[in-house]
Amino acid sequence: MADENAILEVFRYQPDQKSEPTFQRYEVPFHEEWVVLDALNYIKDHLDGTLSYRWSCRMGICGSCGMMVNGDPKLTCSVFLRDYHPQVMRVEPLRGFPVIRDLVIDLDDFMNKMTEVKAWMIPKEERSIEQGEYLQSPAQLARYRQYSTCINCTLCYAACPVYGRHTEFVGPAAIALAQRYNMDSRDGGYEERAETLFDEHGVWMCTFVGDCSRVCPKNVDPAAAIQQAKVSATKDFYRSLVPWGKRRTET
Amino acid sequence: MSQVQSHDSESSARGDHAARLYHQPWPSDWWLRRASFTLFMIREITAVFVGGYAIFLLVLLFLPAGAFQAAVQGPVSAFMHVIVLVMALYHTVTWLNLTPKVLVVWRGEERVNPILLTAAHYVGWIVLSLVIVGLVVFLAGGGA
Amino acid sequence: MEVRRHDIVIVGGGGAGLRAAIAAGEQFPDLSIGVVSKLYPMRSHTVAAEGGAAGVIKPNDSIEQHISDVISGSDWLADQDVVEIFVNQAPRELVQLEHWGCPWSRMPDGSVAVRPFGGMKTERTWYAADKTGFHMLHTLFQTAMKYGNVVRYDENFAVQLLVHEGRCQGVAALDFRTGEVFPVVAPAVILCTGGGGRIFAFTTNAVAKTGDGMALAYRAGVPLKDMEFVQFHPTGLPDTGILITEAARGEGGILVNKDGYRYLQDYDLGKPVDVNDPEHPRKSTMELGPRDRLSQAFVKEQAKGGTIQGKFGDYVHLDLRHLGAKRIHERLPFIVELCHEYVGLDPVRDLIPVRPVVHYMMGGVHTDLDGATPLPGLYAAGECACASLNGANRLGSNSLTELLVFGARAARAAVEFGRQNSALATEALAAQAADQQRQIQERFSRRGSEPIARLRQELNEAMEVGAAIERDGEGLQQACNKVAELKARLQDLRLTDHSTTFNTELPAALELENMIDVAECVVQSALARTESRGAHQRRDFPKRDDQQFLKHSLAYRTDAEPRIEYCDVTITKWPPKERHYG
Ligand SMILES: Cc1cc2nc3c(=O)[nH]c(=O)nc-3n(C[C@H](O)[C@H](O)[C@H](O)COP(=O)(O)OP(=O)(O)OC[C@H]3O[C@@H](n4cnc5c(N)ncnc54)[C@H](O)[C@@H]3O)c2cc1C
Ligand code: SF4
Ligand code: FES
Repeated sequence: MADENAILEVFRYQPDQKSEPTFQRYEVPFHEEWVVLDALNYIKDHLDGTLSYRWSCRMGICGSCGMMVNGDPKLTCSVFLRDYHPQVMRVEPLRGFPVIRDLVIDLDDFMNKMTEVKAWMIPKEERSIEQGEYLQSPAQLARYRQYSTCINCTLCYAACPVYGRHTEFVGPAAIALAQRYNMDSRDGGYEERAETLFDEHGVWMCTFVGDCSRVCPKNVDPAAAIQQAKVSATKDFYRSLVPWGKRRTET
Repeated sequence: MSQVQSHDSESSARGDHAARLYHQPWPSDWWLRRASFTLFMIREITAVFVGGYAIFLLVLLFLPAGAFQAAVQGPVSAFMHVIVLVMALYHTVTWLNLTPKVLVVWRGEERVNPILLTAAHYVGWIVLSLVIVGLVVFLAGGGA
Repeated sequence: MEVRRHDIVIVGGGGAGLRAAIAAGEQFPDLSIGVVSKLYPMRSHTVAAEGGAAGVIKPNDSIEQHISDVISGSDWLADQDVVEIFVNQAPRELVQLEHWGCPWSRMPDGSVAVRPFGGMKTERTWYAADKTGFHMLHTLFQTAMKYGNVVRYDENFAVQLLVHEGRCQGVAALDFRTGEVFPVVAPAVILCTGGGGRIFAFTTNAVAKTGDGMALAYRAGVPLKDMEFVQFHPTGLPDTGILITEAARGEGGILVNKDGYRYLQDYDLGKPVDVNDPEHPRKSTMELGPRDRLSQAFVKEQAKGGTIQGKFGDYVHLDLRHLGAKRIHERLPFIVELCHEYVGLDPVRDLIPVRPVVHYMMGGVHTDLDGATPLPGLYAAGECACASLNGANRLGSNSLTELLVFGARAARAAVEFGRQNSALATEALAAQAADQQRQIQERFSRRGSEPIARLRQELNEAMEVGAAIERDGEGLQQACNKVAELKARLQDLRLTDHSTTFNTELPAALELENMIDVAECVVQSALARTESRGAHQRRDFPKRDDQQFLKHSLAYRTDAEPRIEYCDVTITKWPPKERHYG
């Protein structure tokens, strides 16, 4: 099988040399068990040492290796050559992000968004180490578990046409992470996160295309997180209209 | 005001490099480039028809009986109704399919199967539609 | 050249580095903490840890029991004072992580759940399904984001320790985005750069695990301790080396040979209990024996002809089928995902092919129980360090806890040291960094003839053969010769990418240099230890020799091969005994 070749067309952008991006064509041996990332590594090791891209774990958990493969955002360590071959594979940097070089995108904006939404625990009640763990039932854990499995690969941003045109949108993964804490029985930070989550660049910018959830490799379902945040915000609004409407305590 | 600091913004070397980022264009026909985007756009556009028809109905209610008759009869009206019906069906179906994203129901540790939820909505929708059809037929029959 | 100044600098943003950053950031809000990491912190390989983190929490367990398990697991090469500190602080650290939001799996009453793990006589391994490291790392990363005094240098590669007048006062870092080398200075530096499994060909380790911190310290004159002890995990997927966690056996999975026979019973690991017996899996026996013994049993079974031949080497089967779909999906969802994606199997219905795979380095930068190295101002924690907790064999699930306990301890000690020694020779340090920049430029603009990939592959092959589960003098000597040859050939490296913007070839070359240094320490230390202990098994010296080798090895850098010295193991209350499982 190795005497067959697979063909990749790879996006190249080398700001030190040229100012315009190009596509470069490479032929690599076709192996049934190779992922697309293996092909890139083959190129790097044997054909062209100047190709730049990110990767680390090669087991779909570190979130480094997201790229567009034939127009779809993919973790290149989790899609196989055999999924495309003999079709030519067009490998590009994740859409919607500025490109630093070749397949390497600029993540600064995403990293800032994680901080803006305060994606960390803001405890409902303080507890000392001596008091031991907070109790949390398996059912309470199940409420937010799915949203806690985001690997920050940003494929969902590359799939989101709203983010594509308006990068001020907080975006799928950051909202999912905020929701992850909002729905955690130990957390009391809803009000603090509401500031960014429900402002003009927050959940209401989402037009519910739903592609974020379709491309998410870890089944986080950020689209659901966003819609549920909208529901919470709506409930809050109506509660605030009536005099007996208490401030929300739980999601 | 805790903010993570990254040294990027301060670094002059990085400043120069920021200028050399390549900004990928977002094509104006983006919604034609991916099936799911196109279907989404259709869903959004069908909303115009559904909304428009609602307004049309409201207007009709305030018309004298004769004008009402005139407005809802004839091939043009029938044609328009078919179009609106198709649009409304598309809109309804796509929305019902999305309900599990908005509505998550838990039974203990287990999430109620989203397919069940959607199915329940379909059943509700069909039952409601039948009731309305029944009502209309009944009223029409009584009126005659 | 701009000089960045902090109160402490942490190199590495994995579990150990982030724990250290938070410890310093939280307790000392007035201090500024720099974190230099070649990867975005949440990409660090802690993310891949699956099984869990050990700490005594349940009433049926005891501190003494955990201590005794670690010591016998280490084949008596652990420092017992370090083990005591570790075991005592472990539960606090795990509770702390719970308070920061780590989604630990739970019992019906809402308390955290624990599972059995290899070589542990009681179940005490906390877990978050089978993505424990992932959840720990993301919890730490997200928590670290809230401290304004933690300044991150993401995608910056530490190329050299800045040492002036016998004190470590910072690092020179290469910024991937700009190609610029700049000094990040502080009165104390903590290395948290992780392991170096990538010196081998077949490993569970990510591409970034190239032993950088070990090499940096080594070049600064700090010895690397117990480097001959490399852990082979018994259950990796053939070809990719993707790990199938020990938790699979903790939940009751069994290992069978080509005839479906539980071969471990032939290798002094106890008698099997039927999988349907409520006694199964019996702790610390059979499939729940320690990793060194299980991997060695595989080699013996292979010699006997009991393994199965495959395209990517011999393997045995891991059988989870009797656990049932519900339990497998609930406790081992990631294993299901990995098997499905990478080998097209469903563990609910199929046997999983597995073989031993390089996983972890017991050895590392020589430190005391506060993470302090012999070089004043330099600290180390996590897998790159060797505080002598793990001795000759680490027990599964101790490492994740080790990151927390020693990450935090090292941070506190480093802050204290920095307070007492705050003066910095900034100019001299900047000059060193500038010099480093020049050297890198000079070396890598030379156009040699040896491609990086070729040297790396030859190194990998030499290690795979010479420093395998079972070793002997001859094989190790060959490996030593090969590594020395590669070191020489490094001078003639070929670099084709001469751009300064996100050049990924340059760090690969630097990593290769680091790997060669680390590999040299591994094979030289292994050659010198003429006994068998824990993960270091010599065919030519099959017995443990406490007379001569109840000692830590220390590899010091010289102009030729490393000089190997030895230092004593701290034995307090648990005198050496025969190890017994089953
Ligand atoms: C697949 C797998 C599963 C495992 N499962 C378990 C388990 O269940 N339980 C358990 O206890 N242990 C487990 N382990 C072991 C444990 O996960 C590791 O020992 C531990 O995560 C190492 O953490 P660390 O913080 O020391 O290093 P890492 O997490 O590897 O982080 C190293 C950091 O250093 C940075 N760095 C490295 N070099 C440089 C440089 N030159 N310049 C700048 N930055 C640098 C990297 O960017 C990274 O941020 C597992 C290991 C593997 C590989
Ligand atoms: S939500 Fe999914 S697609 Fe988006 S960053 Fe997280 S894991 Fe990736
Ligand atoms: S390399 Fe880690 S997710 Fe692909």
